[in-house]
Amino acid sequence: MVDPKFEYLLRLADNALVLSQRLSELCGKGPALEEDMALTNVALDLIGQARFWFTYAGEIEGAGRDEDQLAFLRDAHDFHNLLLVEQPNGSYADTLARQFYFDSWHYLLLEKLVASSDEHIAAIAEKSLKEVRYHLRRSGDLIVRLGDGTDQSHSMMQNAMNDLWMFTDEMFQADAVDQAMVEQGVAPDLASLRAPWIAHVTEIFEDATLQVPPINAWMQKGGKQGVHTESLGYLLAEMQFLPRAYPGAIW
Amino acid sequence: MIANTEQIWDWLAEVPDPEIPVISVVDLGIVRDVAWEDGECVVTITPTYSGCPAMLVIAESIEEALKNRGIARFRMKTQLSPAWTTDWMSEAGKIKLKGYGIAPPAQQVIDISSITSRLARKRADDLKVACPHCGSTNTRCSSQFGSTPCKALYRCDDCLEPFDYFKCH
Repeated sequence: MVDPKFEYLLRLADNALVLSQRLSELCGKGPALEEDMALTNVALDLIGQARFWFTYAGEIEGAGRDEDQLAFLRDAHDFHNLLLVEQPNGSYADTLARQFYFDSWHYLLLEKLVASSDEHIAAIAEKSLKEVRYHLRRSGDLIVRLGDGTDQSHSMMQNAMNDLWMFTDEMFQADAVDQAMVEQGVAPDLASLRAPWIAHVTEIFEDATLQVPPINAWMQKGGKQGVHTESLGYLLAEMQFLPRAYPGAIW
Repeated sequence: MIANTEQIWDWLAEVPDPEIPVISVVDLGIVRDVAWEDGECVVTITPTYSGCPAMLVIAESIEEALKNRGIARFRMKTQLSPAWTTDWMSEAGKIKLKGYGIAPPAQQVIDISSITSRLARKRADDLKVACPHCGSTNTRCSSQFGSTPCKALYRCDDCLEPFDYFKCH
């Protein structure tokens, strides 16, 4: 049986890597120079965090796989990231909606992981939390500015929030891996993050004059179990092409 | 060759940061410890930001400095916790930053435990950063993210110059 801690670390790594790859797609294409730099800075933080998680996952697995093998030599069904982070960049409102939903959850999760019984997980979380604090400040700030902006920016922001809403519930749905981590004191109960997440999203939406979509809406799930939307395969095909076409290639 | 650790600290204080060459890796607080373990010099460093591309160059520059001083056996150790903070930046480093045109971190790192509250966000927004060119605090943030992970973009509303701010972390 796979060590649940290995599986748990992969999920953390995959979330960071896949979102980083999505943001990297926008490098040189941001709607303004400042936004371009912010997107790539966030992508850079996330890739750094993914590397810490992958490296540690490889150590826990003990099969000799390093960060590169885990990132580049697994197929879509072996990726266990949230469906939210693999969603395409869409319009800039979609990019920001995805970022804000994820940042709010990521921040709350890392805050708890700092107290993990696993010292190495706690150390990576402590490091990452400081970076994610800036991510969350930025995405929340932009949601307010665009939501409370022009009629057009308001309606685009509201539509983007509505469209991605169905991918948010998965962040709080625990399975056997999550439960094992809670029992070992490694990770928090995901359900406990829901109330503070809703509270923060609601507060930002109020400032942004946006409506929070209905809590009891239909929700998608499956990312953590390797059942993905069609978007992930294309993302991986681009990201993994080089190391697969030229095995062992180095700079 | 065996040099005492104090001597090694002095050598490392001459290793410049690759992105901001006016300050050293010691000024930045990246070097956490220097020690001898069984005849091997162990230098402990901590990354500034998880994905900072300068970290590789920094590790190589430190290795180079040790080699050039005749230290044959050394090892680099990376430590994540406690996480790097701009509070570890030396006062001399802050003065050098300012002279280089980058506003140094304006204050002690603010409490991050409550960023998800309106009040904490407001406090963070109210931060006053002095323009490194004219000294005015009539400045505003144009972006929290700048040309490197450690900097934010600001502009001065008095002298109208844009500038980099080394953000609190």
